[in-house]
Amino acid sequence: MIEPTYTIEESEELVHPGHLACQGCGATIAMRYVLKALGKKTVVVIPACCWSIIVGLFPSSCLDVPLIHTAFETAAAAATGARAALDVQGQEDVNVLAWAGDGGTFDIGFQALSGAAERNENIIYCCYDNEAYMNTGIQRSSATPVGAWTTTTPQGGLEDRPKKDIVRIMAAHNVPYTATANVAFPDDLYQKIKKAASYKGMKFIHILSPCPTGWRIPSSESIEVARLATLSNVFPLYEVINGSKWRVTYIPQKKVPVEKYLEAQARFRLMGEEEKKRIQKNVDEYWKELLKRAKR
Amino acid sequence: MKKVLMGNFAASHGVRLSRAQVISAYPITPQTHVVEELSAMVARGDLNAKFIKVESEHSALACCIAASVMGARAFTATSSHGLLLMHELLHWAAGGRLPIVMVAVNRAIAPGWNIWNEQTDTLSQRDTGWIQLYCASNQEILDTVIQAFKLAESVKIPVMVIYDAFILSHTYEPVDIPDQKVVDKFLPPINNPEALKVGEARAFGSVTNPDFHMEFRLKLHDTYERAMEKFSEIDAEYAKLTGRNYGIVEPYQCSDAELIMVTAGSLAGPTRMVVDGLRAKGIKAGRVKLKMFRPFPVEALKEALKPAKKILVLDRNLSPGTGGIFAQELRVALKEDKRPVWGFVAGLGGRDITPELIESMFFDALGAEVPVSNTIFKGVRL
Ligand SMILES: Cc1ncc(C[n+]2csc(CCOP(=O)(O)OP(=O)(O)O)c2C)c(N)n1
Ligand SMILES: [Mg+2]
Repeated sequence: MIEPTYTIEESEELVHPGHLACQGCGATIAMRYVLKALGKKTVVVIPACCWSIIVGLFPSSCLDVPLIHTAFETAAAAATGARAALDVQGQEDVNVLAWAGDGGTFDIGFQALSGAAERNENIIYCCYDNEAYMNTGIQRSSATPVGAWTTTTPQGGLEDRPKKDIVRIMAAHNVPYTATANVAFPDDLYQKIKKAASYKGMKFIHILSPCPTGWRIPSSESIEVARLATLSNVFPLYEVINGSKWRVTYIPQKKVPVEKYLEAQARFRLMGEEEKKRIQKNVDEYWKELLKRAKR
Repeated sequence: MKKVLMGNFAASHGVRLSRAQVISAYPITPQTHVVEELSAMVARGDLNAKFIKVESEHSALACCIAASVMGARAFTATSSHGLLLMHELLHWAAGGRLPIVMVAVNRAIAPGWNIWNEQTDTLSQRDTGWIQLYCASNQEILDTVIQAFKLAESVKIPVMVIYDAFILSHTYEPVDIPDQKVVDKFLPPINNPEALKVGEARAFGSVTNPDFHMEFRLKLHDTYERAMEKFSEIDAEYAKLTGRNYGIVEPYQCSDAELIMVTAGSLAGPTRMVVDGLRAKGIKAGRVKLKMFRPFPVEALKEALKPAKKILVLDRNLSPGTGGIFAQELRVALKEDKRPVWGFVAGLGGRDITPELIESMFFDALGAEVPVSNTIFKGVRL
């Protein structure tokens, strides 16, 4: 079990200063760790999302690796194409990293993602999840949790629909490696990316990446809030090998009530007590089921 | 080597001889044979390529785009709804100056579902920045695919090789398949110095603000105009190696023609036959086959049409409310011209365009000083 520690060895920085992210942007920290794990022999594919801006405007880029910008719904298909080109050129040892937001993954890019997973393309697909369409100004996506305010759920997400269980869906494609990760748990994230890179075929990593602007939190609390997500079991950390072998990679020592996570963020301010209780119940049930799955 | 091939297989052989490296496609009638045959070629080891069976045409082109950004020779094929699904990516490919080649088989668009021949699918993509080359025979399909890779790679603009559903796609004709050695001489391995390379910190398609975007588009526009010249050079070089070339436009019996009909694709055949028949009756008819539609060869057309007193356009396509798309473009090109232009629309959704129907168009123009209306539908129940 890995504590929320940071022991990542000093390695080459591949995300340079001068990027255009907001203060406290989880997605930027996530990219930094992921590229530290993958190294310079990597090609990055980015569809429309905050990261298309964060990386810098023409003619600059804050990434020290080749980068292909691609249409919103095409991250997995474009990564497939980059992989094919590298393979015919005899560069099989280069990592191809598709890097997409939750909207580009759960929603508009889902068809291409499912296709790439079914074909078991040799790519690493990371979804940095900030739980809404942030680039366009905080609209609800199917990764937005129940009860969260967004500009298209002004009443705080009236839809009583649980968040799409993307990792389970991806694991159901029976790909070699699927995992969740959280920027507040750098060692866990780093090791999962290293592990992912060691498999041939499709790797899918779902990374919780707080967005202070969209979550209505002070930017200085970004990591703290992300940490609460895992400590409260709202966002458990686990991995799935070959779609069947489930392993929880972090079990909180002392359970933090979900309420604490919700109350740290103004996006949940409109949520009633009843709703909070219901969410706690859902989280507990999901956690129990996850542990059961991991025991099998 | 001569073989009897259907148009779709002629396209596959063109792709094989061009040594495409990444092929990504999705089935749609009447294109499917092109990629079926390519998969067989890859499976047999006749073609050393990655063939990716994506889950949609949208992903097919997205995949080709990224492969091309990384410097590989990429190919896809589609038709009708598949082409329309690609629309956003068509702009990405051309705006990104990627030398991708695509076969697009002209098929009608629903509703209702219709797999038959019509040109509206490709013509409605005319503003995406792709070069469009229309073919009139299976031999021309094979040759044009090979020429298309050379053209795309020399001007860095993607090229669509276009031919008619069933009339060519599923029809068998004798086709001369050039030797691999000959094609290798004509088309060397792809070498795109702008391709991204592992280890380099460069990006494709970064956010551009108003201070850069326009220059990118101007460059595309300027190069697009040069593509016409480039194609003529490539066509001449190809003729030296194979004895065959096609020209940007192909005039037939135009030098003294008083009535000239402009058309594209396989209609070049029956229109030629009708011209012969009219000539036998003493009517000075001619026809121009349009091979290149994007860029639009205004000067070559003007030259070919010089002798004509009356101009006819046969469109197997429709821009609703405007009329035939070739007619519309030609009228703009000839804007200073006082000669009347008859715009005929026929054969939509695969309806037969018989020689008699084509002949009646010439007689319409013969019997009047000016057309009765901008767009004249032919072979239609009113
Ligand atoms: C086809 C298409 N539709 C809509 C958009 C507009 N758009 C750009 S980014 C974006 C939101 C992206 O959301 P997400 O994937 O969650 O990434 P984030 O912005 O949150 O980082 C949208 C809707 C687009 N670029 N393309
Ligand atoms: Mg998002």
